[in-house]
Formats: sequence, C-alpha cells, structure tokens
Amino acid sequence: MRGVVRHYAGPPLVHALGPIDLELARGAFFAVVGPSGCGKSTLMDVLCGLAKPTSGSVRFEGKELHGEVPDGIGVVFQEDSSLAWLSVRQNIAFGLRLSWLPKREVQDRVEHAIGFMGLSQFAGHYPAQLSGGMRQRVCIARTLVLRPRLILLDEPFGALDQQTRLLMGDELLRLWRETGATVLLITHALDEAAMLSDRVGVMSARPGRFIDVVETGWPRDRDSRVVSDPHFGELTARLWSSLRPESMKTLGRVA
Amino acid sequence: MNRGRAVFLVRLALLVGAVVVLEVLCRNGVIDSLAILPPSEMFDAMIERVGSGDLNEGMAQTFSTIGIAFVLALALGTLAGAVLHRVPRLRAVLDPLLASYYSVPTFIFYPLLVAIFALGKTPLVILGMMSATPAVVISTLSGLDGVPPVLLKLARSQRLGRLRTLCWIVLPQALPRLFSGFKLALSYALIGVIAGEFLLSGTGLGYAISFAYQSFDNRAMYGAMLFVLLIAVTANGLLYGWEARLSRRRSRQ
Repeated sequence: MRGVVRHYAGPPLVHALGPIDLELARGAFFAVVGPSGCGKSTLMDVLCGLAKPTSGSVRFEGKELHGEVPDGIGVVFQEDSSLAWLSVRQNIAFGLRLSWLPKREVQDRVEHAIGFMGLSQFAGHYPAQLSGGMRQRVCIARTLVLRPRLILLDEPFGALDQQTRLLMGDELLRLWRETGATVLLITHALDEAAMLSDRVGVMSARPGRFIDVVETGWPRDRDSRVVSDPHFGELTARLWSSLRPESMKTLGRVA
Repeated sequence: MNRGRAVFLVRLALLVGAVVVLEVLCRNGVIDSLAILPPSEMFDAMIERVGSGDLNEGMAQTFSTIGIAFVLALALGTLAGAVLHRVPRLRAVLDPLLASYYSVPTFIFYPLLVAIFALGKTPLVILGMMSATPAVVISTLSGLDGVPPVLLKLARSQRLGRLRTLCWIVLPQALPRLFSGFKLALSYALIGVIAGEFLLSGTGLGYAISFAYQSFDNRAMYGAMLFVLLIAVTANGLLYGWEARLSRRRSRQ
C-alpha cells in the first residue's frame, strides 16, 4: 500500500483511513491492532480490493488493484459468513465452484481442508448445528481450499471465548506454516497479535494510520505456549503503551 | 415421541374431536340438518359430486385461474419487491401502502374488473393477482433485507458476478422468507378467485357453491364446500411441509 487514504462520502465526509504505507513480505504474518472505529476493517477492505482507496495505490504481486479481489487473496470475515443452507462439506467446496479444477482435485482439497480444520466428524452437519468457533473454522477452510497466497482475516475469533481463541490461534499458525501463505490478521486483542505475528502494526484513532510497528521476534514454529515467555508480557505492554493514548482519544478522554 | 410429533397428534385429535362433536349434534337434531349437514353426509356428497364428474369443468376453470393468478403474482411480486429494494426512496413512499393493503377488501373492485374485461377468466385472474401480489412483494423485501451484508462481501471476495451472487447467495438465503410469501400468495389467490366466482361468474367451484346455495341444494353446496376446503388445506399443507423441510436445516436440532 502506498499513500492509501480512504474517505467515506458524506455529509459529513468521513476521513476513515490513512495515509498508510504498508509492505508485506511473502510468507510474513502481520497483525494489525487499533482502537475501535479506527478503520481496521476499512484497511482490510481496501487491501483486498473490496473497496477502492480515495487516493494512493494498492498492489498485489506487482499488479494494482481496481476495486476487485484478485485471484490469490482469500478473506475471512469477522461475522459468521457460513452459508446456512449448505452442509459443512458443501460450504467448504463453495469456494471452488468457480474453479476449473478437476472434480478429483476439488474433492481432495475439500477433504484435506475438512481434516486440517478438525471438522471430519461434522462434514455432513449444517452450520446451525455447529458452535460459533466451528462455523468460523468452516469459513477459514472455505478460504483455505482456494490455496490463497495472501490470507486476510478480519477479527475472525472476535466472537469466541478466550480458550477457543488461543486454540484457534494455534490452528492459524499451523495453517500459516504449512501453506506458506502471507497472513494479515486484524484483531482488537493485543495478546492475540503479540502471540501470533512476526510484526504488529499499531493504528491510531480515526483516521487510522500506523503509529508503531513492533517486531515480535518469535520463531516460525511458535504456538500459544509463547504466552508463558516473559517476552510476551513485554510485547503486550509495548503494544498497550502505544495504543492507550489512541484508545483514550476514541473514548473522548485526554491521555 | 418428540415435541413436534406430539403437537401434531394433539392438533389432529382436536380436529377429529370437533368433527365428531358436529356429527353428533347434527345427528341428534341439536343442529337443524337444513342449516348444517352432518360431516359424514358432506363427505358422501363430496365423493358423489366429484365422482359424477359434475365438478370437473368447474375444477379445471378454478384451478387454472388460480394457477395463472399465482404464477403472475409470483413473477410480478418478486420483480416489484426487487425493484423496491433497489430504490429506497420509492420504497419509503410505497411501504405504508403495502403495509395497509390488506385492510382494503379487494373484492370491491371485482364489478369494475368485470365492467372493463367482461365476465370470464381475465377479471378473476386479476382479482386473484391483486389479492396475492402484495404478499409476495412484502416477503421479497423481507427476504432481501435479511441477506447479511457479509454474505454479499463474501460473494465479492469469491469473485462472483451479479447473476451468480443472486443464484448462489441471495436467493438461497432469502428463500425461507420468500417461501412464506409464496404460501400466503397461494391462499390469497385461492380466496380471491373462488370469492370472485361466488360473486359473479358462470363457471368454477365458487360458482358451483353459489348455484347450489341459490337452489337450496344443501347437499350439493356442502359437498362442493368440503371439496374446496380440502383442496385449500392440502395445498397449504404441502407447502408447509416443504417450508418446514427447508427451515429444518437452518435451525438448531
């Protein structure tokens, strides 16, 4: 992203984002934290091509995006986006309906994603029969079968309890390692960002800009047990010290 | 036995009980048989009339009229609902009219329709359509309103075009609400057409009931009435069963 700014037409005109510069290296895990309403979801929409920047440019693998999600980017949303009328298996295969892959390949990818996300016992179930965490796993699996080179996740574990979030974080790390994809995770949870990512971008209150980028220094084969490492506490504290004044601004208080 | 089955059995028992009570009251003379026939006689009369082929022409006329009115109401109502959903200003203007539509007895326009189109199928089809279309418009709006924005984002993120988004996301998501409207539309089309035939027509099941009534032929009248009632209940029951099957997948079991 180069000099990306996003306004929402008014009245009143809302300056939601930027200017933002961001470069993601292939295979990196980048997390974004920021106060409520700072434009995190707008950042994701612009980054994946769902929304056009008002000014600036977004490029993926060298090609500029023009308001369309290019092949190679997979998106997982904050809200439950499982399709209620399809079974788990059909939901996961949904992402491949448009592909020209041979039937056998489609089946293999779907079965692999079902197994990878631990949904084997529920492949014939419908979303209404699953917990919130399992439905989100279905949505991740649906993105996974597309074999995206860039996976964008917008607060995917926001609705889950803390223990499930930690375990889902482990699964996400495993997915990242095994697919070699680049991951951008938007989250409001500082511990999640500190635990999962290589780098964490801290956003300001609206209009959202990066005010700090923190290198976590974790090894690639990490998992949720890093929370017991003293460095984890330092990281979380640094994120909070950058974020606190911005959160105060959002609440209308002086830091 | 699960709860749903128990509720069904209690409902069936109530219905059978009511029929048995009516039978007993009619047979004992508590209810004058000139006013109401015992249900068993109604049933015999229905079998007689249907078996004799006496109602064949009326059935063909009524069912084809209902079918045409229903299909046109679905097409027109779905299209109008989709347009209103796309044009919020027009919707804001028409919403109160739609909400209060069923407080207007549409039958009052039937003489006008006969005056314009002459006696025949056309005014009945229009009356059936007038009764059924608003239900489809309302359910289409409700169905489209109920599509979560995240699913439309999902469609864009999966690079689906407009037609695929409509067929793969919007329609399946909206289907249960659309279906409720279709169910109502069938009932309203049936009521509109049969009431129109009853008021002013030369054929059809409504006319058969009206003719028997004016000829003081209670047996023929109750036979035809029971037949219409059973057809309405069966059609609605089939749609209800289909709707229940659809919604079963979407609700927790």
